[in-house]
Amino acid sequence: MSLNIIVLAKQVPDTRNVGKDAMKEDGTVNRAALPAIFNPEDLNALEQALRLKDENPGSTVTLLTMGPARAAEIIREGLFRGADGGYLLTDRAFAGADTLATSYALSMAIRKIKDYDIVICGRQAIDGDTAQVGPQVAEKLGIPQVTYAENIRCIGSGTIEVRRRLERGVETVQTALPALVTVNGSAPACRPRNARLLQKYKHARTASERKTAPAAYDYLADSRLYLTIAEWSAAGVEANTALCGLSGSPTKVKKIENVVFRAKESKALSAADADIDELMKELILNHTIG
Amino acid sequence: MNNLFVYCETEDGLVADVSRELLTKGRHLATTLGCRLEAVVIGHGLDGAAAQVFPFGVDVLHIFDDSRLAPYASLPHTAILVKLFSDEKPQVALMGATGIGRDLGPRVSSALGSGLTADCTALEIDEKGLLLQIRPAFGGNIVATIINPDCRPQMATVREGVMKREIFDAGYKGETRLYEVERYVSESDFVVSIIERHIEQSKINIKGSPVIVAGGYGVGSKDNFRLLHELAAVIGGEVGASRAAVDAGFAEHERQIGQTGITVRPKLYIACGISGQIQHVAGMQESSIIISVNNDPAAPINAIADYIIAGTVEDVLPKMIKYYKKNTK
Repeated sequence: MSLNIIVLAKQVPDTRNVGKDAMKEDGTVNRAALPAIFNPEDLNALEQALRLKDENPGSTVTLLTMGPARAAEIIREGLFRGADGGYLLTDRAFAGADTLATSYALSMAIRKIKDYDIVICGRQAIDGDTAQVGPQVAEKLGIPQVTYAENIRCIGSGTIEVRRRLERGVETVQTALPALVTVNGSAPACRPRNARLLQKYKHARTASERKTAPAAYDYLADSRLYLTIAEWSAAGVEANTALCGLSGSPTKVKKIENVVFRAKESKALSAADADIDELMKELILNHTIG
Repeated sequence: MNNLFVYCETEDGLVADVSRELLTKGRHLATTLGCRLEAVVIGHGLDGAAAQVFPFGVDVLHIFDDSRLAPYASLPHTAILVKLFSDEKPQVALMGATGIGRDLGPRVSSALGSGLTADCTALEIDEKGLLLQIRPAFGGNIVATIINPDCRPQMATVREGVMKREIFDAGYKGETRLYEVERYVSESDFVVSIIERHIEQSKINIKGSPVIVAGGYGVGSKDNFRLLHELAAVIGGEVGASRAAVDAGFAEHERQIGQTGITVRPKLYIACGISGQIQHVAGMQESSIIISVNNDPAAPINAIADYIIAGTVEDVLPKMIKYYKKNTK
């Protein structure tokens, strides 16, 4: 059967390798110095969606992301890899959202998209590591959730079979659609950009991107509708702004502290044989090892 | 009413370590708050649960026992907690940041419209009686204190090994409440069915090892990680890894130490090529002796190390093996 698939994706700062150039003098992180990337597990989710599309002709893959204007980049990235379209949910009202307010906004956008069989997203984003948005979106939509997936298969008649990676094993479950599935990093990596799709979508932009930085090929969008990435505001998805952003977030940040380690008195050693010999003797003598 | 609840995971009737740790923490917090500690177990074959949890100072144990509730499934466990919490109105609800807790917690918090903080490394009560949920954030470069001022319950998850496990009073007796599961779940909660399940015992036991040789991104390659395995084998330890090393494919995920991995307290921790982001340090700072092998004298981990060896893994580790062998002969 053909499926309407929605993939939730997030643009995140690449926190995995915070180098020295990304640190300010006071020891805090300069977010602007970190590259913004497609959240890694959301790419695993996109691959699962594209495989479902390959196996079920007539299916569509639609990306949905919430973020600033710049987040349109990851929709383009998704189009280059095989998605059929995407929506950018962007509004000042969404700023400062915790996971609950984020999932509310996303669920309202999904309701607006309306015709969907399956929502797929990464297990968690690398900037927060909470793994909360997937299950919370499922609850808000009133649909079942299947977390930590490594493989999703449609087995006909509106049913999927999902292999899940558990902490100490694997589990295979079946569920009726619609359902939400979160995908684990251990699932297959996403296919690379496709040269033909890169050509087709390289001028795909949002209306606000065209407004803030007009480009020579923007006129193409007049005749090619697929070159416009749709932008939705809070009002556009009929979201109650009291439930969005900071005001819709039950958790509040009370305090942020930069990390300062309490320094211990430590012994400095060199890599010279004599130093290592001495250290091993000491550790053996005080029964730490041996 | 307004008590502190701990959702206890069980497997084959046995209450999980992480849940026992949370009961220990929960007992302290409940005493500070002047409220009762209540535990919830949902599963099957739970006759032995009471004897397992009461010594941790549990005042009330809520039992939901039904063959359909084990193994864990998201929807029925959510339905039970949502109704129970709506009736009992806990002020605080804690669960393990495990595969189960991280599946269940967000769904329950969404249904109740309450805040949830994942992977806390410390929990405290402030002067107003609010739960301070402390966790490293943003790649471990800052520590954030989160509060839920208005919504109840204040929910938090904590990883296994982060809190200490301590019997409160071996003779402590609380009250047991057995529930009619039918009144809490509906047929539609069982739409997800388990077809096949394969659980294996983990072969890697980092948590229980007195000596850990851990490697970071600075180890440089999977090949160099072999040196860590050699040293660990010789001195009788396990190999651990930082998140960066796991992400780079140098080590298995099961070896990850830190906020989003395992928390360890070994006698000896040898940190090789680990810079020491707070996310990692949160999982190993209570080690008795810390040796840092690093060619960057400014590595943050050096601040908490007892011994700092300025050098590379390739140079230092073979020497450690050599002189260990020499001195134990």
